[in-house]
Amino acid sequence: MSAPPAPALLVPEAPQKAESIFHRNLATFAANRLAMASAVVVVLFVLMAVLAPFVAPHDPNETDLFRRMQPPAWLPGGEWSYALGCDALGRDILSRIIYGARISIFIGTAVILVATSIGILAGLASGYLRGWVDVVISRIVDILLGFPYLIFAIGLMAMMGPGLWNIILALAYKEWVIPCRVVRGETLVTRELEYVEAARALGASRWHIMLREILPNILSPVIVVSTIRMAHVIILEASLSFLGLGVQPPTASWGSMVADGRAFILEAWWVSTFPGLAILLLVLAINVASQGLRDAFDPRFQE
Amino acid sequence: MSAPLLDVRGLRTVFETRAGTVCAVDGVDVSVHRGECLGIVGESGSGKSVTFASVMGLVKSPGRIEAGTILLDGCDLRGLTPKQMRAVRGKDIAMTMQDALTALNPALTVGEQIAEVFDAHDYTLPRRGSARARAIRDKSAEMLGLVGIPSAESRLRQYPHEFSGGMRQRIMIAIALACRPKLLIADEPTTALDVTIQAQVLELITEIRARLGMSVVLITHDLGVVAEHCDRVMVMYAGQVIEEGPTAEVIAQPQHPYTRGLLASIPRPALRGQPIRPIEGQVPDLIGLPPQCRFYSRCPLHRDACLAPVAMRSAGPNRRVRCILSGEPVE
Repeated sequence: MSAPPAPALLVPEAPQKAESIFHRNLATFAANRLAMASAVVVVLFVLMAVLAPFVAPHDPNETDLFRRMQPPAWLPGGEWSYALGCDALGRDILSRIIYGARISIFIGTAVILVATSIGILAGLASGYLRGWVDVVISRIVDILLGFPYLIFAIGLMAMMGPGLWNIILALAYKEWVIPCRVVRGETLVTRELEYVEAARALGASRWHIMLREILPNILSPVIVVSTIRMAHVIILEASLSFLGLGVQPPTASWGSMVADGRAFILEAWWVSTFPGLAILLLVLAINVASQGLRDAFDPRFQE
Repeated sequence: MSAPLLDVRGLRTVFETRAGTVCAVDGVDVSVHRGECLGIVGESGSGKSVTFASVMGLVKSPGRIEAGTILLDGCDLRGLTPKQMRAVRGKDIAMTMQDALTALNPALTVGEQIAEVFDAHDYTLPRRGSARARAIRDKSAEMLGLVGIPSAESRLRQYPHEFSGGMRQRIMIAIALACRPKLLIADEPTTALDVTIQAQVLELITEIRARLGMSVVLITHDLGVVAEHCDRVMVMYAGQVIEEGPTAEVIAQPQHPYTRGLLASIPRPALRGQPIRPIEGQVPDLIGLPPQCRFYSRCPLHRDACLAPVAMRSAGPNRRVRCILSGEPVE
């Protein structure tokens, strides 16, 4: 007879690998199939934008008057080298959509990065410092929220003139209030918790408390809101471009492509429809993915 | 006797509320000597936590310190700028919070949280670079070892939720002791813990106090804890100190009816089968208190003379009591 097995209780537990709440939430997200599929679509769009020069079959700005309004490949008169057809100047629509993704995704990301950074700082200051800082920031937020977004952006674009950086500025000017409100609300809750009090009792400075104690704990809702807002910003950019206030021709942008095809939507429906579908698909994918993020990161949606 | 480490005189802290001014701490004198453990006893709302929040300069709006002097090692803490006060907190006085389960930041590893204290207060470390990081890590691991957490190096990388309640309380103590403060304020260090862990944590505090020669203020509502661990005890009621003296004497011969009531309401084996005798009535509303003895309405011995303001009276060497029935008036 061999020796009886040692009682399990006495076996020293191997130190486990540290697992943060963040990693656990990420695993929850990965288990959500629809959200994962949407995330894959978003990643594909991003890859397409980054690799545009290698993926696009043609130069997006190359005109060919013999191919004016050439239909997509599966319709009579179409050919597979111009899979989605051509626009009124004979430019390849597929290539223009691929290059247009660069504009949409770049502007969306840039606006969200700028707006979230400003929003986090303003929200932390307003929620933690309170007093006149809070009053000033909150009133500015209220005023900005009172403006209809598109009209505000149109006004700014009219003042600053069109251009890539001006669009980013015009959208970020108003977009920061969304993360700011979220951060302020979460900060108001978090600043009363014991570990913030404990940090104060240890002589931590206000900067330290705001950035090191509070910020890591409120980051999840901020990430979720930012991704949801990204879809919104992409639609706004498309709207501005549709109105002719966005990126200037000949640079391909989905909004201006939809506008280009508007005049002959009955004779050549493909000119407007495919860029419109691209907007729809990207925005939908971002929305579903961010919904999955929220379900994974918001404790209220967990069992 | 040498000058006390902490000397608080006539402290008065008030909270402006919509219903009126709440005087949470009313003329409290505290002195803590070097190497001593002072127990502060009182029920919820008696002002024991607010007194020491005032000492730390951590009273939150709408509260404010209205009067009094707070001397730490002869330095007036009320006269310091916020920046100077921050340098004192954590370095000279440290505080552990009531609830160990919520007082650690869930988003940071334990190591990061201990490192913060060294980062803020320890000037003996290398200025920057990996030498500094390594020094901080070594010191942090040493602190975890000091409070009895095994395999400290690897546990530094874990998050608070991976520790049990008792372990978290130990970590809190490790953080508080990181810079070897002269005074540790332990605000109900054991309320969130079960009894066996309570005993371990208190043993730990007592042992470290002896080893580092620091002073400890133990805020609690458990007289048993005080009896076992404190040299002196101060009983608070409705924002005032009502009795003070060496622990053994106060417990053997309580002078104030409230202290007697507190001791009588502790269940003990000798009185098995008899009902516990709680103190009747409620703590008075702290808004617009009449000048009379604060314990008047609940006191079994009250008489007309108690309706006049009652001052602290001397009741033997090192003993003071706020009751007209015992002690002698101080000149």
